[in-house]
Amino acid sequence: MTIQTRVIFAICYLILCPFIIGLLDGFDRKISARMQGRRGPSVLQPFFDLKKLFEKEFLTANKTQLFMIRSYLCFIVLSGILFFAGFDILLVVFSLSTAAMFLILASTSTHSPYSAQGTHRELVQIMSCEPMELLVAVGFYLAAGTFNISDIVAGASSPYIMYLPGFFVGFVFILTIKFRKSPFDIATSHHAHQEVIKGVTSEMVGKEYAMVTLAEWYENGILLGIVGLFFLTSNILSVIGAVAAILVVWFLEILIDNTSARVKWQLMLKLAWGVTIIAAGMNLFLLEIIRG
Amino acid sequence: MSTIHKSPWLLHYDGSSCNGCDIEVLACTTPVYDVERFGVINTGNPMHADIFLITGGINSQNADVVKQIYEQMPQPKVVIAVGTCACTGGIFKECYNIKGGADTVIPVDIYVPGCAARPESIIDGVVKGVALFKEKAEALKASEKAN
Amino acid sequence: MEMLVTALICLPFLWAILPAVIHNSKCRAFFVYLGCGIVIVLSVFTAVQWYLAGGQTLNFDLPYREAFDGVILFGDLFLMCLITYLSFKYKKGVISLLAIVQTLLVAGLEFFGPELEELPALRFDWLTLVMILIIGVVGSLIGIYAVGYMHGYHIHHHKELTDRRSFFLAMIFVFFGAMFGLVFSQSLIWMYFFWEITSVTSFLLIGYTRSEEAINNSFKALWMNLLGGCGIAAAIAVGILAFNTVNLYDIINLAIEHGTSAHTLIFLLPIACLAFAALTKSAQFPFSGWLLGAMVAPTPSSALLHSATMVKAGVYLLIRISAAMADNYVGNMVALIGGFTFLAASCLAISVSDGKKVLAYSTISNLGLIVACTGCGYEETIWAAVFLVIFHAVSKSMLFQCVGAIENTTGSRDVEDMQGLMAIFPKLAIILMIGIAGMFLAPFGMLISKWAALKAFIDTSSVYVSSLMVLFICFGSATTMFYWTKWMSKILGASPREKSRDLTKKNEYISMFFHAIMMVALILGFPWLSEHILKPLSEDMFGVVKQVISYQNIIIMIVLLVGVFVIPCINYVMTKGSKAKQVITYMGGANVGDNFNFVSATGDPKEMHIANFYMEDIMGEKKLFTPAIMISTFIIIVYMIIVVGGAF
Repeated sequence: MTIQTRVIFAICYLILCPFIIGLLDGFDRKISARMQGRRGPSVLQPFFDLKKLFEKEFLTANKTQLFMIRSYLCFIVLSGILFFAGFDILLVVFSLSTAAMFLILASTSTHSPYSAQGTHRELVQIMSCEPMELLVAVGFYLAAGTFNISDIVAGASSPYIMYLPGFFVGFVFILTIKFRKSPFDIATSHHAHQEVIKGVTSEMVGKEYAMVTLAEWYENGILLGIVGLFFLTSNILSVIGAVAAILVVWFLEILIDNTSARVKWQLMLKLAWGVTIIAAGMNLFLLEIIRG
Repeated sequence: MSTIHKSPWLLHYDGSSCNGCDIEVLACTTPVYDVERFGVINTGNPMHADIFLITGGINSQNADVVKQIYEQMPQPKVVIAVGTCACTGGIFKECYNIKGGADTVIPVDIYVPGCAARPESIIDGVVKGVALFKEKAEALKASEKAN
Repeated sequence: MEMLVTALICLPFLWAILPAVIHNSKCRAFFVYLGCGIVIVLSVFTAVQWYLAGGQTLNFDLPYREAFDGVILFGDLFLMCLITYLSFKYKKGVISLLAIVQTLLVAGLEFFGPELEELPALRFDWLTLVMILIIGVVGSLIGIYAVGYMHGYHIHHHKELTDRRSFFLAMIFVFFGAMFGLVFSQSLIWMYFFWEITSVTSFLLIGYTRSEEAINNSFKALWMNLLGGCGIAAAIAVGILAFNTVNLYDIINLAIEHGTSAHTLIFLLPIACLAFAALTKSAQFPFSGWLLGAMVAPTPSSALLHSATMVKAGVYLLIRISAAMADNYVGNMVALIGGFTFLAASCLAISVSDGKKVLAYSTISNLGLIVACTGCGYEETIWAAVFLVIFHAVSKSMLFQCVGAIENTTGSRDVEDMQGLMAIFPKLAIILMIGIAGMFLAPFGMLISKWAALKAFIDTSSVYVSSLMVLFICFGSATTMFYWTKWMSKILGASPREKSRDLTKKNEYISMFFHAIMMVALILGFPWLSEHILKPLSEDMFGVVKQVISYQNIIIMIVLLVGVFVIPCINYVMTKGSKAKQVITYMGGANVGDNFNFVSATGDPKEMHIANFYMEDIMGEKKLFTPAIMISTFIIIVYMIIVVGGAF
C-alpha cells in the first residue's frame, strides 16, 4: 500500500464513518421500532440528537471529565486511522483498550453512584471482550502470516472466513457487548433507559455525551471494518461481499437486541469467555495443527 | 436551520401522583401512541433531558428533589406539569403535606390538565413543549450572541 | 575490569558492616547514602566502561581465586548452620533438612568428586550489563528510600516494634553484593552460594518484625527457596558426575548441541533442575505463596527483594538457559507454568484490595509473562523478556515505594482508601499513575513486549503449547487491564477528605522521582535500547540479529506514545478555559448539597461509599488459589518425570 492510498483511506474513514454509522444507527432505530409495531423516528434522528447535544448548555460535576472524554474520542479516532490505513491490527486492539481507559477515568472522576456502577460494569464488559479482540488479531496472523492489515487484505486469495469461522462466531458474539445491545447492555444502553440511569454516561452532559456518542460511532466503524476483513480478498469485487456480510451481522445484532432481556454481568462474563474459548480456541487449535 | 426541536428528550418525575398519570405517560411510548416518532426519548437522567415532565403534586419531602433535578438539567429546558395534581395540587391540595402544583417550586411552562391526563393530551402538551423548546433554544442562542 | 567487578561484589558485603555497627541514626543514614551512592556510581561506571570497550563477552576470575573458593565453601557451610540453628530455634527443624542435604551434596562433591578443570568463575556479557544496571541503580535508590521509610515506620507507625534498622540496612547491602555475584557467576558453585545468600537475606527480612505472622511467612519463603536451591545443587551434582563440569555455559552448550532427541534427555536434566530452581525464585505457581507472605516485610524490602531485583534472579537464570529450552520438554514446562501463572495471578489480583497484595500478585503475574517468554526460547521472546525485566523492575519498584509512602502518610494501603488521592496528595498520586500506566497501557513497555511475545508464541512449534500460550496471554491481558484500571479510577475520583499534610520524607521523594524520570526515559529511549543493548544481546545468545519489531510499528508506537502524552495535555489546555456550570452529581435528586452525602430513609444525611468490583465469588482467592496450585504442580511433576525418567 502506498502512502497516498493510506492517507486517502484514513481521510475517508475520518469523514465518512460518522455519517455511515450514524445512518446505520438511524435505520437501527427504525427497524427496531418496526419490530415492536411502532413507526419509529426519522432515519436522520441520530444526527438530530447529536446536533442537539452539542448545542446544549454545558454543566459538569468535575471539569477533568471533559478533557478525558476528548482524549477518549481522539484515541478512538487514532485507532480507526491505524486500522483503515492498513497498519498493525494488534496495535489497533491495544490502542482501542487504551482509549477505553480514558472513558473509564472520565466517568469515575465524578464520584457519582450511577456512573460508578456503570463504570465497573463497563470494566467487566471490556474484560469480557478483550480476549476475543486479541484473538481475532491472532487469527488473522495465523491465516495470513502477518498482523499488517494491508498485507492481510493483499495476501488473501480466498476470504478468511474459510479459515476463521470460529473466530468469526466469537467476534460476532462480543459485538453484541461492544454495540451495547441487549442482552449485554449492562454498562449503558444504546436505548434511553437502563436500570442504572445511563451507566457510564450518566454524568456526561451535552457536548460530553455527544463526544462519547461520536466516539462510539467511530469505534463501531472499526468493529464493522473487522467484520468486513473476514470477507475481503485481494479481488476488489469482494468489497460487495464484505458490505453484505456487515449488513447481515448488523441486522442480526438488531434482531438479538429486540428479542432478548438484559442479563447480569456474571452471566455475561461467563458466556463471553465460554464462547471465546470454545469457538475461537478450537479454531486456533485447528489452525495451529494445520500449520504444523 | 435549527433542528433542535427534533430531538426532545424527556425526564419523567413522579411527585406524589396516584400513578394514574404515570401509566398514561408510559402509554405514550407504546406502539399505539409512539411518541418516539417525534424523536422523543424517555431518559432517566436529568443531565440528558430537555423536557421535564412532572406528575402529581409537590409535597414537603420531594420539593428539594424536584428543585435539584431541575437544576441538573442543562439549558434550554421546558417543564410540563401533567395532570391536575401537578397543575394545581388537585384533590390533595388541602392535605397537610402538600404544597400545591409543580409551579410552587419550579417555573412550569406547559400545563396538561386531566385526571388522569389522556395520552392524547399529554402528546399535545409535549408537542407544544417542543415548540417552546425550539423558541427557548433560539432565544438562548441570540442572548449568547449578544454577549 | 576485574578490579571493578571485584569491588562491585565485595564492597557491598564489607560496607554492610558500617550500618550494622553504627547506631546513631543520622550517622548511619549518612553512611547508607554514601554506600548507595558508591554502588550506583560503581555499577554505572563498570557498565559504561564495558560498553565503551566494545561490549565483548569477558571470561575472567577474581584475583586470589583460591581464597574466594575457600570463602564460598566456608560460606555455604555457615549458611547451613545458620538455617539449621534458626529453624530449630523456631521449632521448624524439618526445614533445616533441605539446607543440610543440598549443602552437603555440593560440599561433598567438591571434596570427593572428580577433579574438575579449572575454568574462569565469572563472566560479563550483555545480560549481565542489564542486570547490574538494574541492581545498581534501582536497588540503590530503594536503599536511599529505605532510610527515610524505616524512620517513619518506627517513629510514627510501629512504635511497639523493636528498632532493628541497623540490621535491616546491613542486610540490604549484603543483598546487593549477593546479587552482583549472582549475575557475574558462570561457575554454578559460585552461583549457588550467592543464590543461597539471597534466599537467606529474604528470609531474614521477611521475619523483620518478629511477629508470629512474619515468622511463619519467612519460613514459608525459606523452604520454598531452599527447594529451589536443591534444584541448583542437583544441577551441580549432575554436572560434575555426568559431564565433569560445573560451568553454566558448558552445560547450556551441551544441551543445545545434543538437541531434543529422546535418548539424550540426560543433557536436559541439569537444565530442568536449574529451571525448577528459577521457578521457585520467581515465585511462579505453585511456589507463589512465599511472595504473597513476603508482603508482611517493610515496604523497601518488598520493593527491593520481592519485586525489583531478587525475584529477577530467577528470570535472569531462565533467560540464560533459554537457548537450551527452545522447543523441548523443559521449555514447554517453563512456558506453560509461566503462562498459567500470568493468567491465574492476574485473576487473583482482581479479588484483593490490599494495595501491596495487588502489587504482589501483579509481580507474580508479570514474572509469569517473562518466564513464559524465556520458556519459548526464541529471539523475539528473549527480546521481550529482557524488555519486560527492565520495565518491570523500574515501574514496580516505583509502585511499591509509592504504596509504602501512601501507607506511611494516610495510615492505610488499601486501594479502597485511596479514593480521590489525586485531590489530596497529588504528587504521590501522579507517581502512582505513572507506575500503573507503565504496567499495562499502550504504548508503554509492557505492551511492546506483549506484542512481541504474542507473535512469538503463535510461531512456537508445539501445537498445544502454542495454542495454550496464546489463550493465556489474551485472557491474562484482559484481567490485567481490569485490576489496574479500577485502581487508577479510584485514584482519580473525587474525595470527601480535606487536603492534609504529606508525611513522605524528602529522600523517599528523591528515589521515587528518579524512578519516574527513568520510566519516562526508558519509554522514550526504547528504540535506542532495542538497537544498542538488546540486539547485541540476542546476537550474543543466538548468533543472529533479527529485527523483532518493524520500523513501521516503531513509528506507530511512537505516534501512540506521543498520543498518550500529548492528546490529554492538549485537551487539558483547550478545555481548561471552557465555561461550565458546576452541578452536583445525580443521585436521584437526594444529594445533601454535595457529591458525598445523600438523604437517607430517616431524613438524615448519610455518607455515600463507592467501592470497586472485586468479584470474590468468581475470582476470589478461596476459589482459585488451591486449584491454581494443583494445576501447576501437576504440570511441573509431569514434565519433571518425563525429563528425569527419560534421562536414565
